[in-house]
Amino acid sequence: MSTTPLLKVENLKKYFPVKKGMFGKTVGYVKAVDDVSFFVNEGETLGIVGESGCGKSTTGRVLMRLLEPTDGQIEFDGKDLASLSQEEMRKTRRDIQMVFQDPYASLNPRHTIGKILEEPLIVHGVSDAKERKKKVREFLEIVGLNAYHAKRYPHQFSGGQRQRIGIARALMTNPKLIIADEPVSALDVSIQAQVLNLMQDLQKEFNLTYIFIAHDLGVVRHISDRVAVMYLGKMVEVADSEQLYGKPLHPYTQALLSAVPVPDPDYQKEQIIIEGDIPNPADPPTGCTFHTRCPFKMDICTKVTPQLAEQTNGHSVACHLYTTQVDNDIKQLEGSL
Amino acid sequence: MSEFTPKMDGIVEAEIERTTGPWREAWRNFRKSKVAVAGMVIILFFVLLAIFGPFIAKEGINQQMPADRLQPPSAEYWLGTDDFGRDILSRIIHGARISLSVGFLSVIASVVVGSFLGIIAGYYGRWTDTIISRIFDIMLAFPSILLAIAIVSVLGPGLENALIAIAIINVPNFGRLIRSKVLSIKEDEYIMAAKAIGMKDARILFSHILPNSMAPVIVQGTLAVATAILEAAALGFLGLGAQAPQPEWGKMLADSKSYLQSAPWTMIFPGLSIMLTVLGFNLMGDGLRDALDPKMKN
Repeated sequence: MSTTPLLKVENLKKYFPVKKGMFGKTVGYVKAVDDVSFFVNEGETLGIVGESGCGKSTTGRVLMRLLEPTDGQIEFDGKDLASLSQEEMRKTRRDIQMVFQDPYASLNPRHTIGKILEEPLIVHGVSDAKERKKKVREFLEIVGLNAYHAKRYPHQFSGGQRQRIGIARALMTNPKLIIADEPVSALDVSIQAQVLNLMQDLQKEFNLTYIFIAHDLGVVRHISDRVAVMYLGKMVEVADSEQLYGKPLHPYTQALLSAVPVPDPDYQKEQIIIEGDIPNPADPPTGCTFHTRCPFKMDICTKVTPQLAEQTNGHSVACHLYTTQVDNDIKQLEGSL
Repeated sequence: MSEFTPKMDGIVEAEIERTTGPWREAWRNFRKSKVAVAGMVIILFFVLLAIFGPFIAKEGINQQMPADRLQPPSAEYWLGTDDFGRDILSRIIHGARISLSVGFLSVIASVVVGSFLGIIAGYYGRWTDTIISRIFDIMLAFPSILLAIAIVSVLGPGLENALIAIAIINVPNFGRLIRSKVLSIKEDEYIMAAKAIGMKDARILFSHILPNSMAPVIVQGTLAVATAILEAAALGFLGLGAQAPQPEWGKMLADSKSYLQSAPWTMIFPGLSIMLTVLGFNLMGDGLRDALDPKMKN
């Protein structure tokens, strides 16, 4: 595994205007993705986790410019995707592909599997029909289906099979990066494992880089090299998979991890229960957005927004508990007690 | 049953398997409804009449036989004769050709124009949508027959102009239908997927969105043929559509209205033809709606 970043995202923002009234006056913004920076190395898998509504899917879509970013840079393979023209971006999409969440909705019900898989090749200029058909058959076999399935329609397949088709479609153009937006959350647990293993095998075979978006921490742990935790449009913690699961720093990550079920009935563990709901993203709390639900809330948290800062090697967290200034404050507090 | 067949390789199974596309499935559903099939039979009857009728009824449709004016139905004149002594059956057979072609051509024209405008409005939204939708609203604000009369009076009376007028007044119906369908389809994940693949807008619109929004248009189109035939007849009746010797059904009604009491067959048979054709299209349209409605599917 090399360590050059294939994708480098800096200060990415996606604000959705909230419009009101007859003339559609903008009264505010939903900050779906608010100042997010991260990188993905070639050949690795970056997991992005968070609750629903935290902006993880939006991040994926903004990276592909399916939604236009409000601000920020997306440096992919030496190009800034955010500044490409629509047409240039369209051509670049052969290098970045996407696997979608709902295998029932992401395949056109009126097209045969063969046509669905052939289309990326047509779009990106593979003109020889024989070659296209051959490649379709080849990739159907690669994802564990049969070549004759090309004649069938999507409704004739199960969810797991359809997701395999979705993966095959993403692979057709030999992309470098695949953004998988909750690719297994609509599947049964037994099928989830099959699809995850398939994705891992394909990663090795084709030297793929994944951005794996999910809300299931167990799934993310299984597949990711590094994991980023998002909360309300911001990244609160990024670390190697092992470090994040072994020694989570951010209170939100700790709470999330304590909610993962452990397959041992006798195991007693301390469960951190965070109270309340995710705040309204159109009107986020001041300072640290998590302070409304944080068990370790301090005064500074309501006022100052913590920045994502590296603590140990490759382990970054955005929390005032770990900034030196706060450490001093705490020491002072302890001293005065 | 297939688990007992040894799988040599995929080809064996592929040959046995019949692909069931969405259209084939719709056809299977359609056939189940007897009423819809009855409607289709009526339409087929008139279509065949329109195509082959003029060869069967060779005698001149405008041949006047003053000696046989206003004859009741008889062995010689199956449906009687009109006030000029013309054979009503021959005129109805030729009229089928006029009415059906007006119906089909005007609907095809409005579907093509309406779909194009609707798909653009729905997909691009914003000001494109606002402009197109407001134009539709303005057109729909007038009663359709009134608008048709206005258009014909501008273009001048005649069958072709009636056809154009009917096509124009139906455009907003199809436009709005497609627009609303596109609005829901463009949020579907496979459209997102098509964009993610790197497809151009034109391909997304015409290869993905359009085929998926066709089902309600086919239903509406079938029903609209019925309305278009009625409207053509109405314009003919008012003297704005087909002109004097043309055997258009509505025109025939208008010409014979003064003989309603003395020679009712002059009105009954053209009226019956209009009614049957319209009924056929309506029955078939209802059947198509049941067969194509996604809500009826599992």
